[in-house]
Amino acid sequence: MNAKVIVVTSGKGGVGKTTTTANIGAALAKLGEKVVVIDVDVGLRNLDVVMGLESRVVFDLVDVLEGKCRLSQAVIRDKRVESLYLLPASQTRDKDALDPEVFKGVVRQLIEEEGFTRVLIDSPAGIESGFKTAAAPAEGALVVVNPEVSSVRDADRIIGLLEAQQIREIRLVINRLRPKMVASGNMLSEADVLEILGVKPIGIVPEDDGILVSTNVGEPAVLGKSVAGQAFMDTARRIKGEDVPYPKLEQDRGFMAALRRLFGGA
Amino acid sequence: MFSWMNKRRSKETLKDRLELVLAYDRAQIPPGKVDALRNDLLEVVKRYFPAGNSSVEVEQRGDQVVLSASISLEEGPGGTEGTRREG
Repeated sequence: MNAKVIVVTSGKGGVGKTTTTANIGAALAKLGEKVVVIDVDVGLRNLDVVMGLESRVVFDLVDVLEGKCRLSQAVIRDKRVESLYLLPASQTRDKDALDPEVFKGVVRQLIEEEGFTRVLIDSPAGIESGFKTAAAPAEGALVVVNPEVSSVRDADRIIGLLEAQQIREIRLVINRLRPKMVASGNMLSEADVLEILGVKPIGIVPEDDGILVSTNVGEPAVLGKSVAGQAFMDTARRIKGEDVPYPKLEQDRGFMAALRRLFGGA
Repeated sequence: MFSWMNKRRSKETLKDRLELVLAYDRAQIPPGKVDALRNDLLEVVKRYFPAGNSSVEVEQRGDQVVLSASISLEEGPGGTEGTRREG
């Protein structure tokens, strides 16, 4: 993706926006970019805990916007990955504290003065002002979608809103895919999601217990060896323009599955 | 025999449902309103022809969301064929 400023969004809550932001941010930093991840979910911040940086928060985004501290004071450096930084959201204010124009100015400053090569913005759920502020500075978007009815519907809505904001580079991250259910015809495949939404996937991340473990301990999965961590790493490589093939996902094996395949059921 | 083979996979049902609901979402029309439209449309058509069954649907065709109406005309003395209008 050419976009330096990418909003991570989904419409629906709980589909993995924050996890995606943390992991793709960490992965891009591992690949050599200078990355800042920004939490815009004012009042319900979580990117700090998912990344395990909660104890180091002093100032936040609202403090920066209101001129209570310098930008460099609010940005936290991740000690595990070189060139990975977090700008946390305010936990005590509400989202009206964010002005889209001022936020755009902060993002511009991060790129032009602080030298960041990539800015990932973790959008709040919903389609109201919080989302609009998060999307305001974005040149590209990652729409996180789970292969289920409400997430796909909300993703479609969000894609429409992003297009209306002239955001051209929109890609899907299909998260929490369950290969066995796809094989048995009880879950949408990546091809189905592409067909329905008309937006290309850039990442396919299988459901993985490793993600919960990684968030429990506050360490992005891309720093470990889980399947989902690898999928996020591959996604980051594709964002950088590498042509990374999608690994063959675990198939539904066993006698009944073989029978079903034989008779054209699967 | 093999009754599970004929069982529709839930994914297919979901795809059909999503295609319909997204067409309505994109057109910004509540599905219930289309029912009212169908009844109105039928009433108007009946003023001119003896009309029978009708279906009015919002569907996605490529990039466009189209309203399609299919109204069958009851066979009169001349043996009128069913007709289909779209727009």
